[in-house]
Amino acid sequence: MSRLEVLKTYKIYIGGKFPRTESGRYFEAKNTKGEVLANMCLSSRKDFRDAVATARTAFADWGSRAAFNRGQILYRIAEMLEGRKAQFIDELLKQGSSKVSAEKEVELSIDRLIYYAGWCDKFQQVFSTVNPVASSHFNFSAPEPMGVVSIIAPQSTSLIGLVSVIAPAIAGGNTCVLLGSYLKPLCAVTFAEVLNSSDVPGGVVNILTGNPAELAVYFADHMDVNAMVYCENNKAVQQLIKDKSALNMKRVFIYADKNWAKDEEQSPYFIQNLQEIKTTWHPIENIGGAKAGY
Amino acid sequence: MAEKIISIPSFIEPVRIDQVGIEERAARFTKRSIKNETKLNGLLLALNMIDLTTLEGKDTEGKVKQMCYKAAHLHDAYPGLPTVAAVCVYPSMVATAKKAVEGTGIKVASVSTAFPSGQAPRNIKISDTKFAVAQGADEIDMVISRGKFLEGEYNFVFDEIAAIKEACGNARLKVILETGELVTYDKVRRASDIAMYAGADFIKTSTGKINPAATMPVTLVMLNAIKDFYYKTGKMIGMKPAGGISKSKLALHYLVMLNETLGEDWMNNHWFRFGASSLANDVLMQLMKAKTGVYQSKDYFSVD
Repeated sequence: MSRLEVLKTYKIYIGGKFPRTESGRYFEAKNTKGEVLANMCLSSRKDFRDAVATARTAFADWGSRAAFNRGQILYRIAEMLEGRKAQFIDELLKQGSSKVSAEKEVELSIDRLIYYAGWCDKFQQVFSTVNPVASSHFNFSAPEPMGVVSIIAPQSTSLIGLVSVIAPAIAGGNTCVLLGSYLKPLCAVTFAEVLNSSDVPGGVVNILTGNPAELAVYFADHMDVNAMVYCENNKAVQQLIKDKSALNMKRVFIYADKNWAKDEEQSPYFIQNLQEIKTTWHPIENIGGAKAGY
Repeated sequence: MAEKIISIPSFIEPVRIDQVGIEERAARFTKRSIKNETKLNGLLLALNMIDLTTLEGKDTEGKVKQMCYKAAHLHDAYPGLPTVAAVCVYPSMVATAKKAVEGTGIKVASVSTAFPSGQAPRNIKISDTKFAVAQGADEIDMVISRGKFLEGEYNFVFDEIAAIKEACGNARLKVILETGELVTYDKVRRASDIAMYAGADFIKTSTGKINPAATMPVTLVMLNAIKDFYYKTGKMIGMKPAGGISKSKLALHYLVMLNETLGEDWMNNHWFRFGASSLANDVLMQLMKAKTGVYQSKDYFSVD
């Protein structure tokens, strides 16, 4: 007797759990031939709202962890991804990649996580400064995470794009809510399963699937989101995001036209973008006319 | 109108509460769909029913003044907001609070009777209460002696409430049952009856210092007690759930429950209060969401 294959239910990832969208809506993920691969959650603004609330709660812990610990956890994500390589390659093949490019994309994603794992406890030294000032102060500037980052992931890739934007956000101590690729959504949800099994606390990364055109406005106008990343070349949406983000002076970063498979699209500057620089004026005693060392 | 003579029932005879029934019924109230203008009016009403509370060992005059200012100016970016109903403080802070809310119409409630444990002799509890009233408290939130109640000393509890009621003078008396320490619904119902017959103007679930604090089923048991008392005596009693109500959605569920249990006569802050500190900000955030259309952040609201 032939066996009926058990198909995976693709759900969204909020606060370390896999709920269905509260709206009950769905869309069909299709391959290049137009065949249905899976039913995906068509997330709503309320899913986004819930995700931001849990990301905000998670930030208190994640943002204050030791940088070294964040590095260990990013490394762990890479380990888990390595262990599930075959599954990702399979999904990429279904979504139209060739075998060679699918393997390359998964390996590159693993390497990219390792790359950012390494930067977790190093970018601070690179971007910190000690500043000369004309008074009795020890004056220094150091980066601190911004908080909750909303991200609309690159739409043309299923995996490497979203890994390339999540990793620098969480490496710097931010928490994030990410909308995966609309046309190639499978890997976003499977990547959430990897996160869920790799010591990343619930709520640090939240992953939704759905239509960027519908959700961009909420990603931009939510008052409790501190920064937004948008990776597409749609000028109208870019303008909308800039306008709405002005409500709470959200930092907006637009990474359009990037080939995420290239080495130059990984850099500590992606971490730095999502950091605020805090400058501290520390009074120092001026004993016996001695000059400050700085 | 001639005073109606109220006969006091035996508190030994328990009113049995159907636990499953109460919990099912309470869960039903959370299924109502409250949208748009109804929601907006509900939120405004909930805001107006809040007893903004600070009851901590570390309370200072500055903290109380700051809270009183907030009570009157909940969120000035939203013109036309109501104020909260009252501020709730320790007796030592009543004078400060009274001065700070002068002219705003906000009432000052004071906890008393060795709050929160209630473990003190009666003369101390009475003088505690008299002090708060003399300082200008409009309302007194007393705690019952839960130890005595659980020992079955119902007369003791009854007499104590009656004595405090007398010490209150014109101040309204809220009686805190501390339902989290009474454990069963039967006991909550019995304590509610004792409090009401002994002269309470309000019955209140909790001090906020014990978990669980207010829950919907426990509040429903108390609302039912109020309803039965009203049918028997014609006297309205107020209700104040306190502790653990920090989200506006939950506050709306409570209002639905109130409306469907006691009716519209109770739907105002003379007869219903929320004892809460963080609820106000959540309601304000919901109101601002409705006004501006965008989700809010607590960064833009005053710190409790």
